[in-house]
Amino acid sequence: MSAPNVHADAHQEHHPKLQHHFHNMAQQLEASILGMWVFLVTEVMFFGGLFMAYLLYRNMYPDAWLAGSNELNEVLGGINTLVLIVSSLTMALAVRAAQVGHRMWQIANLILTIIFGSIFLIVKYFEYAAKFEHHLVPGSSFDPAREPAQQLFFSLYFMMTGIHALHMVVGIVLLFIILRMAWKNQFSADYFAPVEVTGLYWHFVDIVWIFLFPLLYLIGKHH
Amino acid sequence: MTHGTQNSPSYLDAPYGIWSWLLTKDHKRIGIMYLISVTVFFAIGGLFAAGIRTELLTPQGDFLTADLYNKLFTLHGVVMIFFFLIPSIPATLGNFLIPIQIGAKDLAFPRINLLSWYIYVIGAVFTLAAVFMGGVDTGWTFYTPYSSIASNTNVVLAALGVFITGFSSILTGFNFIVTIHRMRAPGMTWFRLPLFIWAHYATSLVMILGTPVVAITILLVFAERAMGFAIFDPRAGGDPVLFQHLFWFYSHPAVYIMILPGMGVVSELVAAVSRKQIFGYSFVAYSSLAIAIIGFLVWGHHMFVSSQSIYAGLVFSIITMIVAVPSAVKTFNWTATMYKGSVTWESPTYWVIGFMGLFLIGGLTGLFLGTMGLDVHLHDTYFVVAHFHYIMVGGAIMAFLGGVHFYWPKMTGRMYPEAMGKISAILVFVGFNLTFFPQFVLGYLGMPRRYHAYPEDFQILNVLSTAGAGVLGLGYALIVFYLVASLFKERNAPANPWGATGLEWQIQSPPITLNFESDPIVTEDAYNYAGRAGHGGHAKKAGEV
Repeated sequence: MSAPNVHADAHQEHHPKLQHHFHNMAQQLEASILGMWVFLVTEVMFFGGLFMAYLLYRNMYPDAWLAGSNELNEVLGGINTLVLIVSSLTMALAVRAAQVGHRMWQIANLILTIIFGSIFLIVKYFEYAAKFEHHLVPGSSFDPAREPAQQLFFSLYFMMTGIHALHMVVGIVLLFIILRMAWKNQFSADYFAPVEVTGLYWHFVDIVWIFLFPLLYLIGKHH
Repeated sequence: MTHGTQNSPSYLDAPYGIWSWLLTKDHKRIGIMYLISVTVFFAIGGLFAAGIRTELLTPQGDFLTADLYNKLFTLHGVVMIFFFLIPSIPATLGNFLIPIQIGAKDLAFPRINLLSWYIYVIGAVFTLAAVFMGGVDTGWTFYTPYSSIASNTNVVLAALGVFITGFSSILTGFNFIVTIHRMRAPGMTWFRLPLFIWAHYATSLVMILGTPVVAITILLVFAERAMGFAIFDPRAGGDPVLFQHLFWFYSHPAVYIMILPGMGVVSELVAAVSRKQIFGYSFVAYSSLAIAIIGFLVWGHHMFVSSQSIYAGLVFSIITMIVAVPSAVKTFNWTATMYKGSVTWESPTYWVIGFMGLFLIGGLTGLFLGTMGLDVHLHDTYFVVAHFHYIMVGGAIMAFLGGVHFYWPKMTGRMYPEAMGKISAILVFVGFNLTFFPQFVLGYLGMPRRYHAYPEDFQILNVLSTAGAGVLGLGYALIVFYLVASLFKERNAPANPWGATGLEWQIQSPPITLNFESDPIVTEDAYNYAGRAGHGGHAKKAGEV
């Protein structure tokens, strides 16, 4: 940032990571964290539209919902749920490590989080591939023997899990950025806001899945 | 510059060159970039409106084909709502003023602020691409199933444009909320905040809570249209009315995104031109929040004649009456502020009074439409068109232009000819009423909206309306002309040309890049006009924080 009047605020302690428009690191940290919470509110509303559609149509077409749900693989979904919960633990440990300035522990946990996130996406890939094979993707290739309302279920399934997976991809990209910063030893007890807000984001994406899994995979399993 | 007693150059002078603007993180420069962008889109949207009004001069569809007419009113709506009205005040005046009014150097997230402008531009490119590749004819509401499976126009491009631009609005609201919470100067308590800030805080709440819902809704339409998914498609048992619910859940509160910032501007102006503490500060402040909150509970009044249950309609109707109360609180308080104030007849005064008159008519006719029985008669007629133009054009744009006239000296360092400011306000007021008042009558008589031809009985009123649009267009063009002309003159604006209170008037015009030479400390309430003679303002040197 061009700062023509550096003399204006010379009396403040100057951490190299302090941006010019904040008074001190505490204010900067509070702004970042509040910012992420506000952002997550927008995310809740964004997913909220999908949940609204889910609620309405499940109520209108309970049979189609059962039939659709029975096509989903609850074992793979369960594994993915477990993987994500563990990734949230490693993410939380990475944040803690950043706050206490434990660099190697932080790096290790970030790498673990990236690995768990990637496992989730790989499993998701195989699940999607199976849906294509079984003609469960809405549109012209959808199995014509099935009740039309099941298209609603699978449309919502792909929108909800697809947008969730997209959020996972974004999260993994963010984790790589954080990993690079950690590698360069940029975090300390004074400066860990990027890790903290990435962690908040990661937990949010995790929680979305915690709702998606039972709503899509587990309803009325009656073998 | 000519009156620079300070060491720092103004934000306009700091570094020069195109990249110093396109890569700036200065909220003031981003505000100016938004001002230019929204003005361009206002002109484009105005051209579409000119096409509509020209067609409606005669009862026959002789100027445009029905298809082209459909595209023009769609594009007029899309451009004016998403690319002009939504960002108009928040992204321009809000961006420029919010950090200054709370005593901060910038918004909390300057880079995200710049990003929001680029997202706006990318969304605009998509929408313009839709225009040049043949347009779109769904109406700005994109109702399914027409938009998702029937229309053969460029729905995908236009919808993506709206989807993308929505994120610029989300980022603006997000930035404002964090800034207002975390960046206030010492002493700037919540109840010392200017009402402009309260209004923008409420607006930002609507932006972050509503816009994501329309984003996912448009994405679902996109999935249905471009990817063959079934979401609202009746052939798979989907419910088009669900689309309407999701759409209006955002798009009704969006009306408050347009009018609340205008109310904030008017609160500033009304105190300044009356030289008087605003009447009932806390009522005006809380009424902004009330509008934002209750405004989320009234969307069903757009759907009285859809398949919505009559009991739901009843509730929506009642809540619609309730949301009128905080708007009335504001109007009464503004009037009470002017009563026994030392009102001076400067050009901002004309805009403020114009706003109050037009907003009053727009608001009261909203109650007609919120009444379920009457709405069955008036639904989809020109009465609705007239009503929302009174709010959006008569209210929001009058306030926007009033704000631009009031803050122009601060933003550019230039004064414009006072007489021109008054003449244009009168032209706009007269032109506006001539354009839209006849439409109330037309609608009441039963002329439906969105048709390019009409029975001959309606011609006189339509000719009046088109003539009014000409006067209105002249008024707007005049403003652009003299404001741009003022930029070529020497900087002659004093720090506080209106004798107003507020931190923004304590600093030089135009401000320096970091706004304040030293961090301000606030020691008094907003609008302390009674205490300001000889007081020397309330910006003091920063001691210890």
